[in-house]
Amino acid sequence: MTIAADPGASAVRDFVFARTQDDRERHLLPELRRLTEHHRANCAPYDRVLRALGVPAGDPGARIADLPWLPVRLFKHHDLASVPADAVFKTLTSSGTTGAEVSRIHLDRQAAADQTRALSRTLQAVLGGRRLPMLMVDTPSVVKDRRSFSARGAGVLGMAGFGRDHTYVLDADGRPDPDAVARFLTAHGNAPFLVFGFTFMVWQYLYEVAARHRFDLSQGILVHSGGWKKLADRAVDNATFRARFAADTGLTRIHNYYGMVEQIGTVFVEGPDGDALYCPDFADVVVRDPVTWAEQPVGVPGVIEVVSALPRSYPGHVLLTEDLGVVHGVDDGHWPGKRFSVLGRLPRAEARGCSDTYAESQGDKPA
Amino acid sequence: MSTNDRLKNVFAYALDLDGDTDIESLRYREIDKWDSLGHMALVAAIEDEFDVQFDTDQVIDMNAYKVAYDMLRELGVGE
Repeated sequence: MTIAADPGASAVRDFVFARTQDDRERHLLPELRRLTEHHRANCAPYDRVLRALGVPAGDPGARIADLPWLPVRLFKHHDLASVPADAVFKTLTSSGTTGAEVSRIHLDRQAAADQTRALSRTLQAVLGGRRLPMLMVDTPSVVKDRRSFSARGAGVLGMAGFGRDHTYVLDADGRPDPDAVARFLTAHGNAPFLVFGFTFMVWQYLYEVAARHRFDLSQGILVHSGGWKKLADRAVDNATFRARFAADTGLTRIHNYYGMVEQIGTVFVEGPDGDALYCPDFADVVVRDPVTWAEQPVGVPGVIEVVSALPRSYPGHVLLTEDLGVVHGVDDGHWPGKRFSVLGRLPRAEARGCSDTYAESQGDKPA
Repeated sequence: MSTNDRLKNVFAYALDLDGDTDIESLRYREIDKWDSLGHMALVAAIEDEFDVQFDTDQVIDMNAYKVAYDMLRELGVGE
Protein backbone atom coordinates (compact mmCIF):
# COMPACT_ATOMS: atom_id res chain seq x y z
CA MET A 1 0.00 0.00 0.00
CA THR A 2 1.33 3.42 -0.89
CA ILE A 3 0.24 6.44 1.05
CA ALA A 4 1.00 9.53 -0.98
CA ALA A 5 -0.47 11.96 1.49
CA ASP A 6 -2.37 11.99 4.72
CA PRO A 7 -5.78 13.38 3.80
CA GLY A 8 -6.67 13.76 7.46
CA ALA A 9 -3.86 16.22 7.86
CA SER A 10 -3.96 17.94 4.52
CA ALA A 11 -7.71 18.09 4.05
CA VAL A 12 -8.83 19.09 7.50
CA ARG A 13 -7.88 22.45 8.91
CA ASP A 14 -8.95 24.20 12.04
CA PHE A 15 -12.21 25.85 11.06
CA VAL A 16 -13.66 23.70 8.30
CA PHE A 17 -16.38 25.95 6.93
CA ALA A 18 -14.07 28.56 5.44
CA ARG A 19 -13.58 27.96 1.71
CA THR A 20 -15.47 29.77 -1.01
CA GLN A 21 -16.59 27.62 -3.90
CA ASP A 22 -13.72 28.72 -6.16
CA ASP A 23 -11.20 28.15 -3.41
CA ARG A 24 -12.74 24.77 -2.64
CA GLU A 25 -12.62 23.73 -6.31
CA ARG A 26 -8.98 24.80 -6.52
CA HIS A 27 -7.89 22.92 -3.39
CA LEU A 28 -10.13 19.91 -3.65
CA LEU A 29 -9.88 19.04 -7.33
CA PRO A 30 -6.17 18.04 -7.31
CA GLU A 31 -6.74 15.95 -4.18
CA LEU A 32 -9.74 14.23 -5.71
CA ARG A 33 -7.89 13.58 -8.95
CA ARG A 34 -5.04 12.02 -6.98
CA LEU A 35 -7.51 9.96 -4.97
CA THR A 36 -9.15 8.73 -8.17
CA GLU A 37 -5.78 7.49 -9.45
CA HIS A 38 -4.94 6.03 -6.03
CA HIS A 39 -8.16 4.01 -6.01
CA ARG A 40 -7.68 2.92 -9.63
CA ALA A 41 -4.24 1.62 -8.75
CA ASN A 42 -5.35 -0.13 -5.57
CA CYS A 43 -8.92 -1.29 -6.19
CA ALA A 44 -9.24 -3.39 -9.34
CA PRO A 45 -13.07 -3.40 -9.48
CA TYR A 46 -13.07 0.41 -9.26
CA ASP A 47 -10.58 0.59 -12.11
CA ARG A 48 -12.81 -1.73 -14.18
CA VAL A 49 -15.80 0.56 -13.63
CA LEU A 50 -13.80 3.60 -14.73
CA ARG A 51 -12.47 1.74 -17.77
CA ALA A 52 -16.00 0.76 -18.71
CA LEU A 53 -17.02 4.41 -18.40
CA GLY A 54 -14.14 5.37 -20.67
CA VAL A 55 -12.42 7.54 -18.06
CA PRO A 56 -8.86 8.12 -19.29
CA ALA A 57 -6.10 7.05 -16.89
CA GLY A 58 -4.51 10.04 -15.21
CA ASP A 59 -7.24 12.46 -16.30
CA PRO A 60 -10.49 11.80 -14.45
CA GLY A 61 -11.97 15.27 -14.95
CA ALA A 62 -11.22 18.98 -15.16
CA ARG A 63 -13.82 20.04 -12.59
CA ILE A 64 -15.15 18.42 -9.43
CA ALA A 65 -18.48 17.95 -11.21
CA ASP A 66 -16.71 16.10 -14.06
CA LEU A 67 -15.20 13.40 -11.85
CA PRO A 68 -16.63 9.90 -12.29
CA TRP A 69 -18.96 8.84 -9.48
CA LEU A 70 -19.94 5.50 -8.07
CA PRO A 71 -23.55 4.84 -7.15
CA VAL A 72 -23.67 4.36 -3.41
CA ARG A 73 -25.59 1.13 -3.98
CA LEU A 74 -22.43 -0.46 -5.42
CA PHE A 75 -21.07 -0.86 -1.88
CA LYS A 76 -23.96 -3.21 -1.15
CA HIS A 77 -23.10 -5.58 -3.94
CA HIS A 78 -19.33 -5.38 -4.04
CA ASP A 79 -16.54 -5.41 -1.51
CA LEU A 80 -14.65 -2.34 -2.64
CA ALA A 81 -11.40 -1.66 -0.82
CA SER A 82 -8.19 0.09 -1.77
CA VAL A 83 -6.16 -1.55 0.96
CA PRO A 84 -5.13 -5.21 1.23
CA ALA A 85 -7.48 -7.40 3.26
CA ASP A 86 -4.92 -7.82 6.05
CA ALA A 87 -4.72 -4.03 6.51
CA VAL A 88 -8.45 -3.71 7.17
CA PHE A 89 -8.83 -2.58 10.73
CA LYS A 90 -12.54 -1.97 10.90
CA THR A 91 -15.44 -2.82 8.61
CA LEU A 92 -18.52 -0.62 8.91
CA THR A 93 -21.94 -1.62 7.73
CA SER A 94 -24.81 0.68 6.89
CA SER A 95 -28.05 0.47 8.72
CA GLY A 96 -30.72 -1.34 6.81
CA THR A 97 -34.18 -2.66 7.27
CA THR A 98 -34.29 -6.35 8.09
CA GLY A 99 -33.32 -8.44 5.11
CA ALA A 100 -32.13 -5.45 3.15
CA GLU A 101 -28.62 -5.49 1.85
CA VAL A 102 -26.07 -3.40 3.72
CA SER A 103 -23.00 -1.57 2.52
CA ARG A 104 -19.65 -2.75 3.75
CA ILE A 105 -17.00 -0.07 4.16
CA HIS A 106 -13.44 -1.08 4.91
CA LEU A 107 -11.10 1.16 6.89
CA ASP A 108 -7.45 0.68 7.65
CA ARG A 109 -5.97 2.17 10.80
CA GLN A 110 -5.11 5.46 9.13
CA ALA A 111 -8.55 5.84 7.54
CA ALA A 112 -10.27 5.10 10.85
CA ALA A 113 -8.22 7.79 12.58
CA ASP A 114 -8.76 10.26 9.72
CA GLN A 115 -12.53 9.90 9.76
CA THR A 116 -12.72 10.41 13.53
CA ARG A 117 -10.59 13.52 13.29
CA ALA A 118 -12.53 14.94 10.33
CA LEU A 119 -15.87 14.44 12.08
CA SER A 120 -14.45 16.04 15.18
CA ARG A 121 -13.14 19.09 13.29
CA THR A 122 -16.47 19.48 11.55
CA LEU A 123 -18.63 19.30 14.65
CA GLN A 124 -16.26 21.45 16.67
CA ALA A 125 -17.19 24.27 14.30
CA VAL A 126 -20.57 24.34 16.03
CA LEU A 127 -19.77 22.78 19.40
CA GLY A 128 -16.37 24.23 20.23
CA GLY A 129 -13.51 22.13 21.60
CA ARG A 130 -14.78 21.71 25.14
CA ARG A 131 -16.78 18.63 25.97
CA LEU A 132 -20.15 19.70 27.27
CA PRO A 133 -22.53 17.78 29.51
CA MET A 134 -24.53 15.63 27.13
CA LEU A 135 -28.12 14.53 26.83
CA MET A 136 -28.48 11.44 24.63
CA VAL A 137 -31.92 11.08 23.11
CA ASP A 138 -31.75 7.33 23.18
CA THR A 139 -31.69 4.39 25.54
CA PRO A 140 -28.46 3.17 27.18
CA SER A 141 -29.39 -0.26 25.82
CA VAL A 142 -28.19 0.72 22.32
CA VAL A 143 -24.60 0.76 23.53
CA LYS A 144 -24.84 -2.10 25.99
CA ASP A 145 -23.76 -5.11 24.00
CA ARG A 146 -20.47 -4.23 22.34
CA ARG A 147 -20.62 -7.29 20.10
CA SER A 148 -23.82 -6.22 18.39
CA PHE A 149 -23.98 -2.49 18.04
CA SER A 150 -26.73 -1.38 15.75
CA ALA A 151 -26.07 1.51 13.41
CA ARG A 152 -27.87 3.59 15.98
CA GLY A 153 -25.60 2.40 18.76
CA ALA A 154 -22.57 3.20 16.63
CA GLY A 155 -23.97 6.68 16.02
CA VAL A 156 -24.53 7.28 19.72
CA LEU A 157 -21.06 6.06 20.61
CA GLY A 158 -19.48 8.06 17.82
CA MET A 159 -20.98 11.19 19.32
CA ALA A 160 -20.34 10.35 22.97
CA GLY A 161 -16.77 11.64 22.80
CA PHE A 162 -18.03 15.16 22.18
CA GLY A 163 -19.71 15.24 25.58
CA ARG A 164 -19.35 14.30 29.23
CA ASP A 165 -21.68 13.25 32.04
CA HIS A 166 -23.90 11.47 29.53
CA THR A 167 -27.55 11.22 30.47
CA TYR A 168 -30.02 9.14 28.47
CA VAL A 169 -33.52 10.47 27.80
CA LEU A 170 -34.97 6.96 27.57
CA ASP A 171 -34.61 4.24 30.18
CA ALA A 172 -33.17 0.79 29.47
CA ASP A 173 -36.57 -0.40 28.23
CA GLY A 174 -36.89 2.47 25.78
CA ARG A 175 -39.44 4.47 27.79
CA PRO A 176 -39.02 8.24 28.22
CA ASP A 177 -37.47 9.11 31.57
CA PRO A 178 -38.52 12.71 32.39
CA ASP A 179 -36.98 12.46 35.86
CA ALA A 180 -33.56 11.76 34.37
CA VAL A 181 -33.93 14.78 32.09
CA ALA A 182 -35.06 16.93 35.01
CA ARG A 183 -32.04 15.86 37.10
CA PHE A 184 -29.72 16.57 34.16
CA LEU A 185 -31.19 20.05 33.71
CA THR A 186 -30.92 20.80 37.42
CA ALA A 187 -27.23 19.91 37.33
CA HIS A 188 -26.27 21.29 33.89
CA GLY A 189 -29.17 23.30 32.45
CA ASN A 190 -27.80 26.74 33.32
CA ALA A 191 -24.76 26.53 31.06
CA PRO A 192 -24.30 25.23 27.51
CA PHE A 193 -24.98 21.52 27.13
CA LEU A 194 -25.07 19.16 24.18
CA VAL A 195 -28.05 17.16 22.97
CA PHE A 196 -27.71 14.38 20.42
CA GLY A 197 -30.18 12.03 18.80
CA PHE A 198 -31.77 10.78 15.64
CA THR A 199 -34.26 13.28 14.27
CA PHE A 200 -37.51 11.40 14.79
CA MET A 201 -36.50 10.27 18.28
CA VAL A 202 -35.54 13.83 19.20
CA TRP A 203 -39.00 14.92 18.14
CA GLN A 204 -40.95 12.06 19.63
CA TYR A 205 -39.07 11.69 22.90
CA LEU A 206 -37.31 14.95 23.64
CA TYR A 207 -39.64 17.56 22.15
CA GLU A 208 -42.84 15.98 23.36
CA VAL A 209 -41.50 15.25 26.86
CA ALA A 210 -39.83 18.65 27.23
CA ALA A 211 -42.89 20.53 26.03
CA ARG A 212 -45.21 18.61 28.36
CA HIS A 213 -42.95 19.09 31.38
CA ARG A 214 -42.05 22.66 30.42
CA PHE A 215 -38.34 21.87 30.48
CA ASP A 216 -36.03 24.80 29.73
CA LEU A 217 -33.60 23.71 26.98
CA SER A 218 -32.48 27.23 26.10
CA GLN A 219 -28.82 26.47 26.91
CA GLY A 220 -28.81 23.36 24.74
CA ILE A 221 -27.03 22.77 21.44
CA LEU A 222 -28.86 20.05 19.53
CA VAL A 223 -27.12 17.95 16.89
CA HIS A 224 -29.42 15.55 15.06
CA SER A 225 -29.56 13.41 11.95
CA GLY A 226 -31.48 10.60 10.34
CA GLY A 227 -33.98 12.12 7.96
CA TRP A 228 -37.51 13.45 8.03
CA LYS A 229 -39.34 10.52 6.50
CA LYS A 230 -40.82 9.30 9.77
CA LEU A 231 -41.88 12.81 10.75
CA ALA A 232 -43.63 13.55 7.47
CA ASP A 233 -46.67 11.63 8.77
CA ARG A 234 -46.84 14.08 11.64
CA ALA A 235 -46.46 17.02 9.29
CA VAL A 236 -43.22 17.99 10.98
CA ASP A 237 -40.62 19.45 8.64
CA ASN A 238 -37.38 21.20 9.53
CA ALA A 239 -39.01 24.63 9.89
CA THR A 240 -41.74 23.29 12.17
CA PHE A 241 -39.20 21.32 14.17
CA ARG A 242 -37.09 24.42 14.81
CA ALA A 243 -40.03 26.72 15.46
CA ARG A 244 -41.70 24.37 17.94
CA PHE A 245 -38.48 23.65 19.84
CA ALA A 246 -37.81 27.39 20.09
CA ALA A 247 -41.33 28.29 21.18
CA ASP A 248 -41.96 25.45 23.63
CA THR A 249 -38.52 24.64 25.10
CA GLY A 250 -36.31 27.65 24.30
CA LEU A 251 -33.93 25.48 22.28
CA THR A 252 -32.67 27.49 19.29
CA ARG A 253 -29.15 26.22 18.61
CA ILE A 254 -30.09 23.32 16.37
CA HIS A 255 -27.86 21.67 13.79
CA ASN A 256 -29.20 18.95 11.57
CA TYR A 257 -26.51 17.05 9.68
CA TYR A 258 -26.39 14.78 6.65
CA GLY A 259 -23.91 11.99 6.13
CA MET A 260 -23.67 8.33 5.29
CA VAL A 261 -21.54 5.38 6.26
CA GLU A 262 -20.28 5.12 2.68
CA GLN A 263 -18.46 8.41 3.27
CA ILE A 264 -17.81 7.99 6.96
CA GLY A 265 -16.39 11.02 8.75
CA THR A 266 -17.83 13.52 6.26
CA VAL A 267 -20.95 15.31 7.44
CA PHE A 268 -22.79 18.26 5.96
CA VAL A 269 -23.96 20.51 8.77
CA GLU A 270 -26.90 22.86 9.09
CA GLY A 271 -25.68 26.41 9.57
CA PRO A 272 -26.50 28.55 12.60
CA ASP A 273 -29.40 30.21 10.76
CA GLY A 274 -31.05 26.85 10.08
CA ASP A 275 -31.40 27.77 6.42
CA ALA A 276 -29.46 24.93 4.80
CA LEU A 277 -26.72 22.31 5.04
CA TYR A 278 -23.15 23.44 4.41
CA CYS A 279 -20.14 21.49 3.11
CA PRO A 280 -16.96 21.22 5.18
CA ASP A 281 -13.86 22.42 3.31
CA PHE A 282 -12.75 18.91 2.40
CA ALA A 283 -16.11 18.06 0.82
CA ASP A 284 -18.65 19.26 -1.70
CA VAL A 285 -21.99 18.32 -3.23
CA VAL A 286 -23.16 18.22 -6.83
CA VAL A 287 -26.90 18.01 -7.52
CA ARG A 288 -27.59 16.18 -10.80
CA ASP A 289 -30.44 15.95 -13.25
CA PRO A 290 -31.77 12.39 -12.85
CA VAL A 291 -32.17 11.99 -16.61
CA THR A 292 -29.13 13.68 -18.17
CA TRP A 293 -26.90 13.56 -15.05
CA ALA A 294 -25.78 17.11 -15.83
CA GLU A 295 -25.26 19.40 -12.86
CA GLN A 296 -28.50 21.18 -11.98
CA PRO A 297 -28.59 24.96 -11.68
CA VAL A 298 -29.12 26.53 -8.26
CA GLY A 299 -32.70 26.06 -7.15
CA VAL A 300 -33.47 23.02 -9.31
CA PRO A 301 -33.84 19.72 -7.42
CA GLY A 302 -32.00 16.57 -8.43
CA VAL A 303 -29.98 13.62 -7.17
CA ILE A 304 -27.30 14.44 -4.60
CA GLU A 305 -23.69 13.47 -5.28
CA VAL A 306 -21.42 13.74 -2.26
CA VAL A 307 -17.72 14.44 -2.72
CA SER A 308 -15.04 14.16 -0.05
CA ALA A 309 -11.25 14.07 0.08
CA LEU A 310 -11.44 11.72 3.06
CA PRO A 311 -12.03 8.18 1.67
CA ARG A 312 -8.64 6.64 1.04
CA SER A 313 -9.07 2.99 2.00
CA TYR A 314 -12.12 2.50 -0.26
CA PRO A 315 -13.22 4.34 -3.43
CA GLY A 316 -15.93 6.47 -1.80
CA HIS A 317 -14.62 9.94 -2.62
CA VAL A 318 -17.29 10.66 -5.27
CA LEU A 319 -20.64 8.99 -4.62
CA LEU A 320 -24.05 9.35 -6.19
CA THR A 321 -26.54 9.01 -3.35
CA GLU A 322 -30.16 7.88 -3.55
CA ASP A 323 -31.32 11.17 -2.05
CA LEU A 324 -32.99 14.12 -3.71
CA GLY A 325 -31.75 17.56 -2.89
CA VAL A 326 -31.41 21.11 -4.06
CA VAL A 327 -28.64 23.70 -3.89
CA HIS A 328 -30.11 26.94 -2.61
CA GLY A 329 -27.13 29.15 -3.23
CA VAL A 330 -23.35 29.40 -3.52
CA ASP A 331 -21.23 31.65 -1.30
CA ASP A 332 -24.34 33.52 -0.18
CA GLY A 333 -25.05 32.05 3.26
CA HIS A 334 -23.69 32.06 6.80
CA TRP A 335 -20.68 30.01 5.67
CA PRO A 336 -19.08 30.00 2.20
CA GLY A 337 -19.56 27.29 -0.43
CA LYS A 338 -22.75 25.59 -1.50
CA ARG A 339 -25.74 25.47 0.78
CA PHE A 340 -28.32 22.80 0.12
CA SER A 341 -31.23 20.79 1.47
CA VAL A 342 -32.07 17.11 1.33
CA LEU A 343 -35.61 16.71 0.03
CA GLY A 344 -36.03 12.99 0.60
CA ARG A 345 -35.24 9.62 -0.88
CA LEU A 346 -35.40 8.83 -4.55
CA PRO A 347 -38.76 7.13 -5.08
CA ARG A 348 -37.34 3.74 -5.98
CA ALA A 349 -34.66 3.62 -3.30
CA GLU A 350 -35.42 1.15 -0.53
CA ALA A 351 -36.31 2.55 2.87
CA ARG A 352 -33.13 2.93 4.81
CA GLY A 353 -31.86 4.95 7.73
CA CYS A 354 -30.41 4.74 11.19
CA SER A 355 -33.63 5.66 12.89
CA ASP A 356 -35.60 3.10 10.91
CA THR A 357 -34.04 0.32 12.93
CA TYR A 358 -35.65 1.73 16.06
CA ALA A 359 -39.26 1.07 15.18
CA GLU A 360 -38.37 -2.43 14.10
CA SER A 361 -36.45 -3.45 17.17
CA GLN A 362 -38.28 -1.51 19.86
CA GLY A 363 -41.73 -0.81 18.52
CA ASP A 364 -43.08 2.69 18.25
CA LYS A 365 -43.97 3.19 21.89
CA PRO A 366 -46.16 6.11 22.81
CA ALA A 367 -44.29 8.89 24.55
CA MET B 1 0.66 6.61 45.15
CA SER B 2 2.47 7.84 42.04
CA THR B 3 0.53 9.12 39.04
CA ASN B 4 1.77 6.11 37.09
CA ASP B 5 0.36 3.67 39.65
CA ARG B 6 -2.92 5.52 39.94
CA LEU B 7 -3.30 5.70 36.16
CA LYS B 8 -2.56 2.00 35.79
CA ASN B 9 -5.22 1.25 38.37
CA VAL B 10 -7.71 3.38 36.47
CA PHE B 11 -6.90 1.59 33.19
CA ALA B 12 -7.25 -1.78 34.91
CA TYR B 13 -10.68 -1.17 36.37
CA ALA B 14 -12.15 1.09 33.67
CA LEU B 15 -11.22 -1.39 30.92
CA ASP B 16 -11.70 -4.46 33.14
CA LEU B 17 -8.22 -5.75 32.31
CA ASP B 18 -6.72 -9.06 33.38
CA GLY B 19 -4.08 -8.81 36.10
CA ASP B 20 -1.21 -9.76 33.80
CA THR B 21 -1.97 -7.15 31.12
CA ASP B 22 1.02 -5.03 30.12
CA ILE B 23 -0.79 -1.72 30.52
CA GLU B 24 2.08 0.52 29.47
CA SER B 25 2.18 -0.99 26.00
CA LEU B 26 -1.58 -0.92 25.44
CA ARG B 27 -2.90 0.86 22.36
CA TYR B 28 -6.46 1.87 21.57
CA ARG B 29 -8.40 -0.86 19.75
CA GLU B 30 -5.59 -3.40 20.03
CA ILE B 31 -7.61 -5.30 22.59
CA ASP B 32 -11.38 -5.84 22.52
CA LYS B 33 -11.91 -4.15 25.86
CA TRP B 34 -10.38 -0.88 24.74
CA ASP B 35 -12.91 -0.18 22.01
CA SER B 36 -14.98 2.99 21.62
CA LEU B 37 -17.26 1.96 24.47
CA GLY B 38 -14.32 1.15 26.76
CA HIS B 39 -12.72 4.43 25.75
CA MET B 40 -15.68 6.46 27.05
CA ALA B 41 -15.52 4.60 30.37
CA LEU B 42 -11.76 5.11 30.52
CA VAL B 43 -11.90 8.84 29.84
CA ALA B 44 -14.59 9.36 32.48
CA ALA B 45 -12.65 7.28 35.02
CA ILE B 46 -9.40 9.18 34.46
CA GLU B 47 -11.24 12.49 34.77
CA ASP B 48 -12.80 11.37 38.06
CA GLU B 49 -9.58 9.99 39.52
CA PHE B 50 -7.45 13.04 38.72
CA ASP B 51 -10.16 15.71 38.79
CA VAL B 52 -9.30 16.95 35.29
CA GLN B 53 -11.31 17.63 32.14
CA PHE B 54 -10.10 16.56 28.73
CA ASP B 55 -11.28 18.40 25.62
CA THR B 56 -12.56 16.67 22.51
CA ASP B 57 -9.18 16.56 20.77
CA GLN B 58 -7.57 14.98 23.81
CA VAL B 59 -10.23 12.29 23.95
CA ILE B 60 -9.55 11.49 20.30
CA ASP B 61 -5.76 11.61 20.67
CA MET B 62 -5.64 9.42 23.78
CA ASN B 63 -4.72 6.23 21.96
CA ALA B 64 -2.09 4.77 24.30
CA TYR B 65 -1.29 4.59 27.99
CA LYS B 66 1.74 6.82 27.58
CA VAL B 67 -0.30 9.46 25.77
CA ALA B 68 -2.81 9.56 28.63
CA TYR B 69 0.03 9.87 31.13
CA ASP B 70 1.61 12.76 29.23
CA MET B 71 -1.74 14.55 28.98
CA LEU B 72 -2.18 14.34 32.74
CA ARG B 73 1.27 15.79 33.27
CA GLU B 74 0.43 18.63 30.86
CA LEU B 75 -2.73 19.30 32.84
CA GLY B 76 -0.58 19.81 35.91
CA VAL B 77 -0.89 16.42 37.60
CA GLY B 78 2.35 15.67 39.47
CA GLU B 79 4.53 12.58 39.08
